[in-house]
Amino acid sequence: MSMTPYLRPGLAKPAPSRDGLDTPFWEGLQQEKLLLQRCNGCNRWQWGPEWVCHRCHSFDLRYEETAAEGIIYSHERIWHPVHPALAEQGPYVVVLVELPHADGVRIVGNLVGDPHQPLVIGAPVHAVFEHHLDDDPVHTLLQWAVS
Amino acid sequence: MTTDRTLRGKAAVVGVAETEYYKWGRSPDPEFKLAIEAVLGACANAGIDPADVDGFSSYSNDRSDASRLSAALGCKQLSFASMQWGGGGGGGSGAVANAAAAIATGQAECVVVFRALAQGQFGRFGQGPRSRMVSGAAAHTLPYGLMSAAHMFAMKVNRFMHDHGVQQEALRAISLASYAHAQHNPRAVMNGRPLDEATYDASRWIVEPFHLFDCCQENDGAAAMVLVSAERAKDFDHNPCYVLAAVSGSQHRAGAPVHNTPEYASSGFTTVAPRLYRMAQMGPGDVDVLQSYENFTGGVMMSIVEHGFCTAEEVNDFLTVENLSAPGGKLPLNTSGGNLAECYMHGLGLNIEAVRQIWGESTCQVPDAEVAMVCSGPMVTPVSSCIFGSEATL
Ligand SMILES: [Zn+2]
Repeated sequence: MSMTPYLRPGLAKPAPSRDGLDTPFWEGLQQEKLLLQRCNGCNRWQWGPEWVCHRCHSFDLRYEETAAEGIIYSHERIWHPVHPALAEQGPYVVVLVELPHADGVRIVGNLVGDPHQPLVIGAPVHAVFEHHLDDDPVHTLLQWAVS
Repeated sequence: MTTDRTLRGKAAVVGVAETEYYKWGRSPDPEFKLAIEAVLGACANAGIDPADVDGFSSYSNDRSDASRLSAALGCKQLSFASMQWGGGGGGGSGAVANAAAAIATGQAECVVVFRALAQGQFGRFGQGPRSRMVSGAAAHTLPYGLMSAAHMFAMKVNRFMHDHGVQQEALRAISLASYAHAQHNPRAVMNGRPLDEATYDASRWIVEPFHLFDCCQENDGAAAMVLVSAERAKDFDHNPCYVLAAVSGSQHRAGAPVHNTPEYASSGFTTVAPRLYRMAQMGPGDVDVLQSYENFTGGVMMSIVEHGFCTAEEVNDFLTVENLSAPGGKLPLNTSGGNLAECYMHGLGLNIEAVRQIWGESTCQVPDAEVAMVCSGPMVTPVSSCIFGSEATL
């Protein structure tokens, strides 16, 4: 399922880091899967991408699929454009989503829908995969919608 | 043994100066020249020969390299060159701590703490990167339009306000007090541009909960302060302004990537403030005047809470223009106008203003100010704080 991009085109496009640290995450999004890091030493989830487990210092972190649903941990409605691509955008919403199925790690995305909608901390949200398959580089953004 | 492991009273500020403050991009001079001008000014203010400066301490990856400064000023030698890690203004008081530590431990005799900025020469802070592609940690935020400091911090403040029922009026009071103080300060860029409640309320959103007037300016200029040992400080014209405490740091995993720090809705001072007070052998009730770094008013609000001036639940009652105004408020705040209304010199102007309060030289002087605190760079990591005191506080 594809959707109209939430933001106007022209912002920097995400590419996997050269060292490969977050490649499985970006590849997973293209297949509409949310893959995050989980430690083989202590079995805890960890995000953002890092080479070592912050808890047990294991270097053995795998990418594992987790449910692409969470709750709004915090939010912001942005009005002032700080990039030319957003000059005609109008307000837009960024949310920080907490993932209860992955030890409560957090991930950033846009909240799709009316940019003037009420923003409620604690509201349940689910993922919307925003594919940019004709883009260079090909990528998929992980967006969120109120459930 | 541990009683000796303190900076309390070991070093003192004996000279301060700033260049003229400009709106961003308006400086007629390049950044390095501004830095030199500020250092020369601080030396003149102290009455010390610049050749006798033997140390430099800065932060936020200042581009005016210590060795180049030392050469340009004809310093007899360079004994100490220190850069505090971290961005924004988080190192403003950390640079003071590093300078005082160098002096206290015999590494240097006379250390200049400085910061210089010419954004016209090197690009602005408040703009998103223009690259076509992004990878690494920024790839997980930038493509969603989360790309400026305001965006990074508004989500922390929104969560804090939600958790504790903080009202917009608390943020507004911080802005109004700063602008009111700037009207007395001829150095302030916003001098002659007073702000009232209606203008604040009608001003556009940058990102909720920050109106335009909740956000710092972007400026060009430079600021510097000269520190020597407490023993030597007595030989200078100014009454010594002692460093009673200066510490930096951050909480457990504050640097966890992509907004995953455990203590999220925080200015970052919950571990720093207790160490600050322990070193100063003081509490918040001893502080006569506060200079608290405003990247955004929400950061000031959380800094005030985390330094114990009020609880999170008391914010709406405590953060009023009356309480935050010099000379008579309960906690006079940002008495030069601060980053909002004097100048955004990455907060070093706040340290200078704290020193002027101890010297009795502020344009919004708090009567008999003996103890002045600075909180530097809320919401970044590491942050830092310091407390200056008069002779009477030793
Ligand atoms: Zn582990």
